[in-house]
Amino acid sequence: MNDTRKEWPLWEVFIRGQHGMSHRHVGSLHAPDAEMAIRNARDVYTRRKEGISIWVVEAGKITASAPSQKGPLYDPAESKVYRHPTFFDIPDDVGAM
Amino acid sequence: MYAQMVESGTSDDSAEAEAFQRRIDAGEKIEPKDWMPEGYRKTLIRQIGQHAHSEIVGQLPEGNWITRAPTLERKAILLAKVQDEAGHGLYLYCAAETLGVSRDELTEMLLDGRMKYSSIFNYPTLTWADMGAVGWLVDGAAIMNQVPLQRTSYGPYSRAMIRICKEESFHQRQGFDIMMKMANGTEAQKKMAQDALDRFWYPSLMMFGPSDKDSVHSAQSMAWKIKMNTNDELRQKFVDQTVPQAEYLGLAVPDPDLRWNETKGGYDFSEPDWSEFFEVIKGNGPCNRERLAARNKAWDEGKWVRDAMLAHARKKRAAKMVAE
Repeated sequence: MNDTRKEWPLWEVFIRGQHGMSHRHVGSLHAPDAEMAIRNARDVYTRRKEGISIWVVEAGKITASAPSQKGPLYDPAESKVYRHPTFFDIPDDVGAM
Repeated sequence: MYAQMVESGTSDDSAEAEAFQRRIDAGEKIEPKDWMPEGYRKTLIRQIGQHAHSEIVGQLPEGNWITRAPTLERKAILLAKVQDEAGHGLYLYCAAETLGVSRDELTEMLLDGRMKYSSIFNYPTLTWADMGAVGWLVDGAAIMNQVPLQRTSYGPYSRAMIRICKEESFHQRQGFDIMMKMANGTEAQKKMAQDALDRFWYPSLMMFGPSDKDSVHSAQSMAWKIKMNTNDELRQKFVDQTVPQAEYLGLAVPDPDLRWNETKGGYDFSEPDWSEFFEVIKGNGPCNRERLAARNKAWDEGKWVRDAMLAHARKKRAAKMVAE
């Protein structure tokens, strides 16, 4: 971080809800350090019992895929419909599977 | 509507802009790193910024009554509502920041008057009934605008609106609850409720902004799906929804020309005084100076806290690096 800057760094906030799901991105906020980011996240993102666990990550430390890579990254999955169970016809006589 | 008269940028006719428009027409969401026309980016910064500022300044008229709420329960509820407004401001600032403007820049533009906030927050809250009227009418008008904006084309804005709408209906209901108590109370309380409706009715209608049915700016914003309805449509919807609620309360909407119009299936109603609106926008409303002074004071007096916390964080990090 550039020390002449006066603005608190940006943190991305992830929260795990009540029902054992994964942490989910809910938004971001500014805070001077990780500890304060957690405290602020509690005030900003869990005022109505939205979660039971908070992760914060400095926004600058996240590496994201580029929008221009959308085709090469995700298109190959399109033709692989056999990855879904519904692709296979199982006769009713076999029962639940 | 918390963003009023947002000046809209223009599109260009490059191949990229045409592909961009096709994505929007197909209902795709635009995300921060995607290509977007400069006009789209700038309009969104103005619109989301103005909306965020409105949430923040909007805390002031209600904060005015926290210490004087009639019961401890009302006080706790009002505190929670004002805290929500701060949260809504923060969600929106974060959405605006994804467009390449910094939080401090946005704050400074509010403080020195380069950016606006909604005209409604330049009116004073004189009695406890005003807390009812603000929740019922002002939040009610805001919801009218915010519900369709959940479907806006810009992903971060849409997600912020979804969170806000979830929380906002509590605000309107608590306002109506106050109005019900007052309207069914003593003669003096009923009078107070009527007086609050009298003062907040037209400023609430102004929240939607002047008619924009012939505006090119508005047409561009609607094509980009960052504006979902015309100002007149939303205002009509608000009146149609609110008049029966006023009747339920036994209060009179302060408009002698208010009439149900069977053919259009809505009410005919009087326009607010638009010259008053333009004066308020220019900075000459009853509380403009007070509101900006309060925000500037909070920013200036909070400076040492912001600086100290940053210095502390840096010191701690340096010590940790040495220890490693």
